[in-house]
Amino acid sequence: MNHYFYGVKKGLPIGLGYFAVSFAFGVMCVNGGISPLMATIISFTNLTSAGQFAGVKLIFQVASLVEVFLTVLLINLRYALMSLSLTQKIDSSMTRLQRLICSFGITDEIFAVAITEDKKVNTSYLLGLTTLPLLGWTLGTLLGAVGANFLSDRFLTAMNIALYAMFIAIVVPDAKKSKNVFLVCLMAIALSLFFEYVPYVKEIGLGFKIIISTILSCVIGALIFPRKEMVNE
Amino acid sequence: MSEITYKILCVIIMCLATYIPRVIPITFFTKKINSRFIKDFLYYVPYGVLSAMTFPAILFCVGNIYIAIIATIVAIILSLCKQKLIVVAIAAVVVVYGLSFIM
Repeated sequence: MNHYFYGVKKGLPIGLGYFAVSFAFGVMCVNGGISPLMATIISFTNLTSAGQFAGVKLIFQVASLVEVFLTVLLINLRYALMSLSLTQKIDSSMTRLQRLICSFGITDEIFAVAITEDKKVNTSYLLGLTTLPLLGWTLGTLLGAVGANFLSDRFLTAMNIALYAMFIAIVVPDAKKSKNVFLVCLMAIALSLFFEYVPYVKEIGLGFKIIISTILSCVIGALIFPRKEMVNE
Repeated sequence: MSEITYKILCVIIMCLATYIPRVIPITFFTKKINSRFIKDFLYYVPYGVLSAMTFPAILFCVGNIYIAIIATIVAIILSLCKQKLIVVAIAAVVVVYGLSFIM
């Protein structure tokens, strides 16, 4: 149990941050016609920002189920890399069932905290670490979705920019540090603009636009700017 | 397919598409990835995805492109100054909200 509560303590700042961001997600959901209950279920079962954000955008546009699946999968591919890193970090006594459960909690922030612990981590610790972020993310979504009715239209419109601003805050510091990351971002933006404005290609679905822009920019990036060292390994 | 069926299917699909990449490596994978190309590709994916999702969509998300441009610049400057995610997000919302009274 000590491991559990130690994990809970480490998860508190993550939970608080998630609460605020998921509030904006909840507002966005009801703005687009997703019920508070469904928004809350999405947050409880997904526990991720960019994937949920893209997913509900596609739901608003009534995109095909294949498009929803592929887009969300691609956005969350980074978790596969983190999950792989964690195999080196977890207590080798963890059973397959425990791994099935704990892997649900892999997010950018939870991974970052777990991977920087001094010792190997176990099931109790990982469950503790996931508790408050999951609670904050789910409750924030519920409050945002329910509270949207009590907020002015002007404020709700302003809230639309919150998640995009958060994406900028994730990307910009790393793009500043690494020229390679910066160039990959520029390519992705250029491709995204291409798919938004060029006749004929702009007709394809939002999800496929994101998928093609990402895969092309990252393949070119991996081919032309291979990195010298690995991070988080 | 009714609207509610479609939405419920989407929620299930989103859940699977989020859980699969998390669960498969840690549960079933014991070898290390040795391909430099695949490692670099996976490393770049979050940056590519977030960039493509943000631009140009951020410019049209609040109904006034000039306000959106100003808020975007504010978010970039704050991010360059290493402000926390939540600070950047709140600042952008406040800028859009404030400017919407005068622009």
